[in-house]
This record gives sequence, C-alpha cells and structure tokens, in this order.
Amino acid sequence: MLKPKVVIFRTAGTNCDCETQYAFERAGAKVDVMHINTLLANKNSLRDYQILTLPGGFTYGDDVSAGKILANQIKYHLAEEITTFINKKKLVLGICNGFQALAKAGFLPDFNMPDQEVTLTFNDSNKFEDQWVYLKVCSDKSVFIKNSDVSVIYLPIAHGEGKFITKDEAVLNRITMNRQVILRYVNERGEEAGYPWNPGGSVQCIAGISDPTGQVLGMMPHPERHIEPTQHPSWTRSGLKEWGDGFLIFKNAVQYAKANF
Amino acid sequence: MYKRIEVFYKDELPDPLGNAVRSEIAAFGFPGVTSVRVRQVYIIFGNVGENDLDTIAKKLLVDTITQHYQISDFELRILDFGHHVVEISRKPGVMDPVEQSVLKALRDIGISIDGVKTAKKYLIDGNMSKEAIGSIATRILANTKIEEVFIYPETPNYDHGTIRYSFKKETVPLLHADNKQLEEISARGQLSLNLSEMRAIQNYYKLIKRDPTDVELETIAQTWSEHCVHKTFKGIIEFNGEKIDNLLQNTIMKATKELKKPWCVSVFKDNAGIVRYDDQYNICFKVETHNHPSAIEPYGGANTGVGGVIRDIMGTGLGGKPILNTDVFCFGIPDTPQDKIPKGVWHPKRIFKGVVAGVRDYGNRMGIPTANGAIFFDDRYIGNPLVFCGTVGLIPKNKCQKEARPGDLIVVAGGRTGRDGIHGATFSSAELHEQSEQISGGAVQIGNAITEKALLDVLLQARDRGLYNCITDCGAGGLSSAVGEMGQDLGALVNLERVPLKYEGLSYTEIWISEAQERMVLAVPPEKEKDLLELFKSENVEATIIGRFTQDKVLRLFYNAHLVGEIEMDFLHKGIPRLERKATWHRPTFEEPSLPDKEDFGADLKKILSSWNICSKEWVIRQYDHEVQGSSVLKPLQGLCNDGPGDACVITPRLGSGKGIIVSNGMNPRYGDIDPYHMASSAIDEALRQIIAVGGSLEQVALLDNFCWGNTNKPDRLGSLVMAAQACYDIAIAYGTPFISGKDSLNNEFITDKETIVIPPTLLISAVAIMEDVRNAVSMDIKEPGSLVYIIGLTRPELGGSHYYYIHGYKGNNVPKVDAVLGRRIMNALSLAASKKLIRSCHDCSEGGLAVAAAEMAFSGGYGMALNLSAVATEGSICRNDTLLFSESNTRFVVEVRPEHQVQFEGIVKDIPYGLLGKVIREPVFTIYGLDNKPVVNESIYDLKEAWQAPLRW
Repeated sequence: MLKPKVVIFRTAGTNCDCETQYAFERAGAKVDVMHINTLLANKNSLRDYQILTLPGGFTYGDDVSAGKILANQIKYHLAEEITTFINKKKLVLGICNGFQALAKAGFLPDFNMPDQEVTLTFNDSNKFEDQWVYLKVCSDKSVFIKNSDVSVIYLPIAHGEGKFITKDEAVLNRITMNRQVILRYVNERGEEAGYPWNPGGSVQCIAGISDPTGQVLGMMPHPERHIEPTQHPSWTRSGLKEWGDGFLIFKNAVQYAKANF
Repeated sequence: MYKRIEVFYKDELPDPLGNAVRSEIAAFGFPGVTSVRVRQVYIIFGNVGENDLDTIAKKLLVDTITQHYQISDFELRILDFGHHVVEISRKPGVMDPVEQSVLKALRDIGISIDGVKTAKKYLIDGNMSKEAIGSIATRILANTKIEEVFIYPETPNYDHGTIRYSFKKETVPLLHADNKQLEEISARGQLSLNLSEMRAIQNYYKLIKRDPTDVELETIAQTWSEHCVHKTFKGIIEFNGEKIDNLLQNTIMKATKELKKPWCVSVFKDNAGIVRYDDQYNICFKVETHNHPSAIEPYGGANTGVGGVIRDIMGTGLGGKPILNTDVFCFGIPDTPQDKIPKGVWHPKRIFKGVVAGVRDYGNRMGIPTANGAIFFDDRYIGNPLVFCGTVGLIPKNKCQKEARPGDLIVVAGGRTGRDGIHGATFSSAELHEQSEQISGGAVQIGNAITEKALLDVLLQARDRGLYNCITDCGAGGLSSAVGEMGQDLGALVNLERVPLKYEGLSYTEIWISEAQERMVLAVPPEKEKDLLELFKSENVEATIIGRFTQDKVLRLFYNAHLVGEIEMDFLHKGIPRLERKATWHRPTFEEPSLPDKEDFGADLKKILSSWNICSKEWVIRQYDHEVQGSSVLKPLQGLCNDGPGDACVITPRLGSGKGIIVSNGMNPRYGDIDPYHMASSAIDEALRQIIAVGGSLEQVALLDNFCWGNTNKPDRLGSLVMAAQACYDIAIAYGTPFISGKDSLNNEFITDKETIVIPPTLLISAVAIMEDVRNAVSMDIKEPGSLVYIIGLTRPELGGSHYYYIHGYKGNNVPKVDAVLGRRIMNALSLAASKKLIRSCHDCSEGGLAVAAAEMAFSGGYGMALNLSAVATEGSICRNDTLLFSESNTRFVVEVRPEHQVQFEGIVKDIPYGLLGKVIREPVFTIYGLDNKPVVNESIYDLKEAWQAPLRW
C-alpha cells in the first residue's frame, strides 16, 4: 500500500488532533480526523483505515476521571469494531488522553481480559505539569518503537493524571514478563529515577505499554510534539536535528501499514 | 428526591488531593491536621433504583483500580465517625461542568436520571477545635460566594426545589424623577450610570412620552458602561489648561493612523486587532482584563477571563482559530501576614493560586498553549488584583470582514443561559469595597471550557462553509451587548423566551443581560439555517434561532408575544452624553537614598533575584500546557535544564512552515509612581526589546495597550492616564510600531472602612511580531565557555523605581527614560546581527539591570562569567558600581558572541553604544569586577539560581 490511511478520533475536548495529523502526514499517511458521532453513525467506516489514533486532550473535560467517558463510549459502542480492527493486524495508538481512554476501556494491556487491569491516576504532585522527559525504550514488542532502533528518546509530557498503576502485582509481572512495557521514564543517564524524571510517580517508571500483539500502543508522553527539530526545548544549544525523536513512532507505524496492507 | 454516591481512594493508596489540602491547611496556620481524605460525592436526582445506582458507580464513576464507592444514605454517616467532616458543593445555579458530562455519559450507558450535581466531602483528622474546622472550611476549602458549606453533623440538603417565573412587564418610573431619585434608580439597579447619563435617558423617554421598561434601562446601562464604551478615554479631558477631545483618538489611535502600515488589516473596530501574516492567513490579537471577578472568585474570575478573550478571537472577523494565550497578573505580596489583610479580601496567595488554577484549567482544556506571561507583585493590588488574559488567533485572509444583513436570523450557540454573571459589565465599571462580594456575587461565574472547545470546533467548520454572515461573542452585557452591537445599523427583533435556559425561573430581563459563558451570536441567512443547525447538532452543540435582524434601526424585545422593550438603535449607541473631566498631575518627590557603594554586592544580587517580581515563575509555567498544538519554538523556560527565564515566546502556528510569530509583554508599575509618562515609554521599550532579544526585528510589530487605573473621576489619576497615553503615541511613532487594539479598566480601587487602596497605574503593553525564519531565534542561556559577553545600549544613572532601591526600601526619583531614536538604531543593529546568526544568546536588561540579566544567562546556561564594569557604555561618567550593576536604563541587552564572530559583530554595533564586558567561563562562578578591578560580585551560579528559584517553589 502506497499511502496508508489513518483515522484520528475527535470529540468534545480533543485538542491534539491537528499536530497528530501533521505527524502522520509527514510520515506519509493520509489522515482523516473524524468526530466520534460520525463514526458511531457509520461504524463500518473504520474498515477503510489501517491505523486508528486516539489523540491527546481533555475529552468531556476529563470530568469523572481522565478519558473515562470516552472509554465508555468505546467500550459500550465500538468494542466489536475495534477488536476486529486489531484482529486484522491493524494498529491502534493512544496518546495521553487516548492512552487513558484505552486503559480505562480495557483495551490495554490486553483487550481479551474482561476487566480493567491498569489505570492512569492523579500525579503524586496533584498537579498538571508540562515538562520534557527522557524515555527508555524497553522492548522490541511494539510495532511503533523498538529498543533495537533506539535506546532513549526525549519527549514532552503534559498531564495531571499520568501515574500508571496496575490492578495488582500479577498484572504488573505479566506485562513485564511479556515485554509489554515499552517506555519507562529515566534520567539523563538512562537510569530509572523519581520525580521530576518520573513526573507522575508511575509504578516502575512506566510511561507506555503495548498489548500482547504489539499493535496497540498507549503512552503518556506526546510524540507528536517532537516532530520538527525546533520543537526540542534546547535546540538553540544543541543545534537542529533532521527530525524530532517522536517522528520515529509515526514513521514506523506508517511503514508497517505500507508493508502489510 | 436524590441519592448519593461517594467515591474515594482505597485506603492503601495515597489521596493526592487530600495530601495537597493537608499541606494547604498546615501552611495556613493549622499544623494539627494529621490527615485529609477527600470523597467525591455525586448527588443523583430522580427516581433511580439501587441497581441502577450500582451500575452508574461501577460503569462510570469509579476507577476500580484505585477507588471504592458507597451509595450513601444518611444512616451511613456513622462511617464518618471519628473524623471532622466538611462537605462543599456549588450553590444552585453555579456552573458545575461535571453535570453535563455525567448526563451525557449516562445516556451512553442507557440510564436516565433527572439531574446530577457534585460535592466534595473532606474527612479531616487531627486535634482541631470546631472553630478551626469552620475557618478551614470557609477560608481554605470553600468560597462561600459560590459554594455551600456543610460541617457535619449538619446535614447537607440538596433539595432546592425550582424557582418558577411568572411574567410581569416591569416599568421604571423615570419621567417625573428628580435628580436624587435618578441617582437612586441607578444605584438600586446596579446600573453604574451617572446623573448626566440618567438625565439623558430621562429626556429621551420624555420625548417618547412613556417610562422605560426595566429591560430597556438595563440595555442602556450595559451599552453605556465604561466597560463597553470607554467613556473616559473617549470623553473630553481638560489637562494643564489644554482640552483633549477624545484621548484615545488623539494618542493611541493617532499613532496607528499616522504610521499607516500596510500590514494593519483591522484596527480598533473588531473584537481583536488584525495584522497580515502570510499569503493565506492573518494574525489577530486581543488582551482583556478580568479584575473584579477575580478579586471575588479567583478561580472562576480567571477561568472566565480566559474563556472570554478566546471568544473575542472566535468572534473576530468571521472567526479566528486561537493559537496562543498570554496571561499577566498583578497580586498583593504572597507572604503578607494574615492580620494585614483587609476585611472582605482573600489572601494574595490564595488569589494567586486560584487565578493560576483558573487559567490552567481553561487554557489547557481548550488546547491553546499558554506560552507567555508575567506576574507583578505590589501591596496595593491586595484588594484589587489584576488579571490580564490575551489570545492570539490565526484567521484566513478572506474571513476578516463580516456584516449582518436585514433578514438574517439571530442564532445563539454554545452554552445555555442562566442567572450567572448578571451585571458584570456595570460591576466591572465600579470600585470594589468590603461588601462587593455579597452584593455582586451574581457577577461571578465558573467557565466550562469543553463547551467552548466543542463550540470552537464546529464554528470553524461553519465559517469555512460560509454558513453565517456575522458573528460576535456574548461577553459583558450578554445578549444585550452582542445583539445590540451586531444590529446597530440594522435593528433587531428578539424573542427572549426562545433562548435556551440552564434552569427555569429567569425573567426576560435576566435572559437578556445574563453573561452566562461560552455563548456566541451569529447572523445566519435564512437559506443557510438548515445546514447550520444540522452541523451544530452533529457535534452536540446547541444552536437556537432567537430572532432576526430588521432594517428599521429599532431594537424590539418580546417575551411570549409581549413587547417588553423597544429602543431606537441610534439613541442606544449614540445617545450617551460625553464625559467632561479635569485632569492634573504633579510630580511627586520621593526620598533619594544614599546607599554605600559597597565592596561586595553578592547579597544584594541574591536578594533581588529572590524578590517576588524577579524570582522564577516555573511553578506557574509548568502548570500551563505551553506546547499543545506543537507550535513552540522558543518556550518560556530555556537553557541547560529547561528552567531559565525566556524573554519572549516564538511559535510557528503553521507547522513546518518555518515562519512564526513572537509574542512579548512589558509592564513596570513601579516607575509609574514616579512618572507615568516614563512608565509607559519603558513598558513599550521592554516589550520591543524582548522581541529583539529573541532574534526578531521592528519590521512588523503590532502593539496592544491595557490600562488599569484607579478612579479616573479623580483629577490626579486621570492626569497620570493622560501622560501614559501621550507616551504611547510618542514612543509608538518613534519605533514605528502601531497599536492595533486595546482596553481599559478603570476604578481599580478597594475601599475599606479606613482607607481607599488605589492600585499603582498599570499599563500592560503586549506585542506581536512576525518572524520570517524561526530558525534564527535566540534563547537567553549562555552556550559556550570562551564566548564574549557584551552589553549593548547606554547605561544611565537611572535607579528610580528600580529593584535595587526596592530591596532597600526606597523609590528614588531618577526613573528610566526612553531614547527611542537611539533605541531604534540599537534594536535594528541587533536584529541584523541575529539574522546573520552572530548572536549565541541574548537577554534584555529589565528589572534588576545588568547584574540580574547576566546572572540569569549564566545559571540558565550552566556556565560562569567573568565580567568587568569598566567596559559598560555610559552616558556621562558613572563612578558607582551599584549604579552600573543595577540601573534599569532602557534599550539594553546582554549578548553572547563566539570569538570567531567578534569582528563581524563589532562591525555591526560600532555606531551604537556597546561594551565588551568579558567572557563565559567553564567554572560555575559568576564574577563581576568593579571599576577598580576588584570583584564586586563573586558567587556560585548554583547559589544564584537557588536564590532565584526558592521563593516560588510551592
């Protein structure tokens, strides 16, 4: 396939749709930003796409809890379509609010499990924070990013509810053993560390996880905010690179879709 | 009838909100609290069974990983035994954004209820008296203006019933009123109309031989409010024997007119000024104030201030897309002792925190980066804080003009109308006093950003499909102002009963003047009605036809077929009598300090770095999403550890284009105490030099003015306003930078039983510049050991109003002045050097002068500096080290240049004053040698940074 098609969901309070669209377009995809009402009215339209993305934002104000109301819309109205989508080897990416929704809808860490197993809860600091973080790529499981390609990347986070925790130790062990932990917060030397490097206080510094197939990725940091080299917070010191560190995630997804469809 | 669901964190998990509240309480002076846990309470109205309640809790309200819930009746309160329990919820009628979201979510899972509201229940442990709990509840946890507080065992009761409204047309007996009665009518109705205005209204009604209805009088009061017509700026002022007929046209607007810049697309007429950007888009920019609401309810005031200025951009031309927010605040001193706080006023720290939270929650939810701002502290803002909210927008070139036509339908879209925000426009035009909070509580509102975001998303589509002819925001004065303004040259007919309401019980007048948030008014041609309504419906945004524009230049208001108001547009918009006022100004004389020129100024430097105005604002900046939309090029925090104080922000609104805009601001009220003319000049110079510091140029810079003054009925306050406005003209002309929009907020005074606290005259200058290639941007952190460090510009003995004097308790008299002829040459030279990439880092000298600017560059870059004051270019000879270190002379920059660029750089600056101060060194030591070559500052950069970061590490 020459030009894979990406659909980005949007609803009241979505706000990172434009830059996510830009990132996928730079990576060579055709992108439609679709209001969730449009999709609900015609669920079959999902079939036309190879990559589905839930972008960042504050869907429905993050009222009740971050991403929860969108998670319910997905869980109770789109579960079947999205499951089929994944079964057809297609890709799903949830960034920030999108990750929160995927986790709360039970699509991560494993959509075959009946109940919600992980969550993103309030930062230990009880504050929304915007800052840049170092992320260690910990696994080769994900289609989007592999530790064989790159070891540490630098991206911004901007959230108040980003502390990753699991239902219990068993879930944590399972996703760790299964290499589903894709990104961990680290310090500038690549070591796991506490605040402010692990900004919310996530268990085991977890910043992003995959499903068992490697086709679904949820991550709190914003790769779409580090595409252009001028987005780097200290490019005036270190000079301009060709691409920002986030680009790889979009490029890999589009390459995969080109190769497989 | 209602049920309660209480949601709370599992005991083994931390409760972040509870912990934060506990620290707040301790900081406030109640150290006895050992633990606070918070329960989120959902009050579910309607006949809902236990099973459904369980489903609601499990499926929606609870995060099963972290939380438990209880469906509580009051028998369960036994569980609260052993804690102090405080429950707080918003008063009936106050916006609770969670309500709408929960109702939507419940529809998704197929459960229907009558309504929902939320409360927070605080379980507080510790040995506290009942009085202490009462104080904690009302002074830390709740704002009783908008919230109800229940301290258990008092039982919360949420059965408020509904208020019904039965129609009765009200008239106001005006025709035969004498002067005293006229003034009483104005005061009683909170109309803020003066006697000459009341008499003009009386004369009009005498002509048409009837009394006005209440809604007519309200409409006139809204339209004629200072907030809406700027009657002081447009009035007649006698100043020093000279008559100024319309200060605005004779100063600020005159500069724009004379400069005749071809890139000014729309100035001083729309909701924002518009300038050219590229071949497809223009840029629009507006800055508003929201001072009085923020004094009474800091969170809601700031929240709706942001929401309001965003709507200004949405209502500019046919609608701009907001791309940047800038927020500037003035507060009282955050560590003011509690016993020094006047009655009826929140502590400045609480105002500060509330305002920041309000800006954060609205801006972040809207997905607009808040990437620029400033905070200024002075004890005179204690009763009357200032909150400036600005938004920049991007608008297609062919969408900048708008015009409603006769026959167009009037559509109100977005949020519903409620009793919130009645009398905001007239309230903001009066002084605050101890009882303001009680009388004007209705003027306070909470925003719902998601309603506005959904409205924005759908509006931009409607704009691009050409579905409406005209648009404006519902701001101050509500529908009254919006419809009145749009129909000014046409006439309009409105059916008030069609306006969708949040709840029953509003009178026709309340509907007409409510300032409920998140509403826009559109003029829709009848043939586009269907498409427009369908589009809005498809994204769950409410849009309702409430009337139509006519062509007889009469405003007619109906309520269920009763004619309740009928006013000629000409009288409404042109009938206001001109204000005539006298103004004077006398230069005050302050004590001139005689401070010793010491051997070591390290302690002074650290004290200045730690002062509230200069210290790091990272605590604030990080709470704002300043990177959403992906456009940031120079962020507000810069340097080795992303924590240095940037000068201006640079963004590329069109990703990948390489072109961008620079946004900056300048303000220094401290100079205004000495001389408002030089204060205004300095504010413009500061805004411009920040643009130059980041690599911009004066080529295309547009300015905005925001005047916040005391009561200008008093001649001295008005005199200082006139002087500041005259400086705006002079300096704008000299720099070639036109004003494109502005706003004034007068009567910023707070009256206690003892005294009147007048704010210092405060002029905020905001600037937006176009940058052709953002890759030429320069940050302020020093980059490389071995680089040369220059000071550019002329240092004069100008310590009047400086921070150096401030930390020693003085004001002085020799305030910084602006030599804009020289200033322009300096700025142009630096722009040229930046465009040739000769500048490695650059920082403007503002508060704290050379020493502070250089120190900030050093600790932000992680290297030391060795500088020598003998190299500073001065006017005349300056023989004091402290003057050289801390003078705040305008148009000065500290610049880092690589040694290999020395010749080229000096070739560019050779005709302007400059001095080669020294070098960047690898050792983390900041050393400045004095005139006798002995070090007068010799400090570790880490100690300097710590002094700068410590105060606001909250």
